Amino acid sequence: MSTLEIRDLHVEVETESGPKEILRGVDLTVNSNETHAIMGPNGSGKSTLAYSIAGHPKYTVTRGEVLLDGENVLEMAVDERARAGLFLAMQYPVEVPGVSMSNFLRSAATATRGEAPKVRHWVKEVKTAMTDLEIDPSFAERSVNEGFSGGEKKRHEVLQLALLKPKFAVLDETDSGLDVDALRVVSKGVNDYKAQSDVGVLLITHYTRILRYIAPDRVHVFVNGRVAESGGPELAEELEANGYERFTTAKEEQPA
Amino acid sequence: MSDGPVAQSGGGVIDAPGAPVLDVDPGIKTASSPKIAPWEERFTSYDVEAFEVPRGREEQWRFTPLRRLHGLHDGSAAADGEVAVSVHSGFGDSATEDLGGVRVEHVERGDSRLGDGGIPADRVAAQAWSSFPTATVVTVNEARSDDEPLTVTVEGPGVGKTAYVHLQVRLEHHAEAVVVLDHRGSGTVAANTELVVADGAKLEIVEVHDWADDAVYVGAQHLSVGRDATIRHTSITLGGDLVRLSPVVNYRAPGGDVELDGLYFADGGQHFEQRLLVDHSVPNCRSNVMYKGALQGADGDKAAHTVWIGDVLIRKEAEATETYELNRNLLLTDNARADSVPNLEIETGEIVSAGHASATGRFDDEQLFYLMARGIPEEQARRLVVRGFFGEVINKVRVPALRDRLEAAVEAELEAVGS
Repeated sequence: MSTLEIRDLHVEVETESGPKEILRGVDLTVNSNETHAIMGPNGSGKSTLAYSIAGHPKYTVTRGEVLLDGENVLEMAVDERARAGLFLAMQYPVEVPGVSMSNFLRSAATATRGEAPKVRHWVKEVKTAMTDLEIDPSFAERSVNEGFSGGEKKRHEVLQLALLKPKFAVLDETDSGLDVDALRVVSKGVNDYKAQSDVGVLLITHYTRILRYIAPDRVHVFVNGRVAESGGPELAEELEANGYERFTTAKEEQPA
Repeated sequence: MSDGPVAQSGGGVIDAPGAPVLDVDPGIKTASSPKIAPWEERFTSYDVEAFEVPRGREEQWRFTPLRRLHGLHDGSAAADGEVAVSVHSGFGDSATEDLGGVRVEHVERGDSRLGDGGIPADRVAAQAWSSFPTATVVTVNEARSDDEPLTVTVEGPGVGKTAYVHLQVRLEHHAEAVVVLDHRGSGTVAANTELVVADGAKLEIVEVHDWADDAVYVGAQHLSVGRDATIRHTSITLGGDLVRLSPVVNYRAPGGDVELDGLYFADGGQHFEQRLLVDHSVPNCRSNVMYKGALQGADGDKAAHTVWIGDVLIRKEAEATETYELNRNLLLTDNARADSVPNLEIETGEIVSAGHASATGRFDDEQLFYLMARGIPEEQARRLVVRGFFGEVINKVRVPALRDRLEAAVEAELEAVGS
């Protein structure tokens, strides 16, 4: 059993008018085999939370810690975090021209597993995972994310999830820009990996749509850089019915 | 009068410190643009004295540090050495002296074939023309298999020596050949290289400049493209103090198809300059240009400097032209400067397509983050990105042993600075 614990996390970014605080004391604990949905309006800091956990250099942590089984991942380099078992499915996966998907996947698997996967098993493993996600085999020879449609990019993020087998996965708006069919495929990929592992999932989304496919155990409403309210799946239903208004109004009454 | 083609446009002069990714888009000049001098005025001559001694302000020479040319440009560089030119069949370990039907001749200046490729368009090229001892002409009149590349090795005259070279590779009609033109060694060299490809012939040539640290090489490449002929020219510049290459594509008849690819990797103190002219003078021809450069100057060292000028002219009569040119530069360190100036001049609207792109940027931190976020260590991630960057050029090289050598050379460059 593993635990991902976010404690009093404060994060700022550099803007033209100086540093701006985006996260203002996030507290959140995710255990293995749990799926937590983080929902919030645009600009509430959801993606900042995702990228801060992964270690994107744009974000500066000014206070707090992120502990993976008691170890502070904030002290680790980006690649060390991934090798420790963290995974971020990005909202906007980056194109890397000239690096083939197959070369990339193998390099990543070698790094996270600590040894190069045996060629024969690996080829089969990739093929199966690609088939499950309805990815055409020709993509293996294409450059990483280059010229991929939005849906193709998201499918490849979930493909990496399946192959790199992290302890915790942060899915940053993996549902955005997907049509219903693509959403179903991507959700199935996440659910398959959940079923065959003990992964803990932090599912970041603006809409409740994806929660119909990936059932959350906990739902957190994220407003103004922190968790405003936590609850069970019923909280998502309330958001579906009433939107974020109750929370954003509350925010104005009690400024940070 | 020695000024060259002057479709000058907003250049991409990028100094590394603080320079983010910058797209150079000087726009497309049309014939009606008043600033452009007519291309017909591009001056060419075999006579060195017909060119004025460049002072450094001329459009053609403004990027070149003339004092590092050891007098190639002003007549003071006397030929006191010789370049060894050798021709083999095969490449690397498998090379043999058995050339089959390939003819190698050493000919005098008056040989009627010399000049078939093109005429010097700058003073150094004219100097080389006036000064070479004998010219080497390599003639292919058969379709050779891809597995049998011809290797032409050009060995510099040695440290402190100067030599002038003339080389012509001729493909007779419907001949086919893969040629590696391998430049190495020390000294100061000015050269004309003619690639004369007759009707229906197909030449794939990789020109490698892997000179020693002291070497200076200034070369004009004259590409002559016959009817329905194909040339794929790949230019690789890895070593030398100063390397300046000026390939000119002359289409002799419709149907010509030319690819110009390039790769250069400049370290601190090195000056690598590429000046391309693709002259679409006849209809139904195609050109595709892709040059990629990386620069790394170590702290405290002199800056690495590269220059890329890509002139593409589509003349009024060159209907149904299809052309694209691209230059990308990757600044791996602060102490580096890449100049990139694509020029596209179109005198007819009746074309298939024409485009150009240029971008110079630092290492893409987002790419690095993405790879590292998948567990790949930083060092390895950087190499993946650089290898990927150059892969588009290297992967097209059809001589496996040469491809391996180029990949190894890029790796070695990366090791050198420990980036």
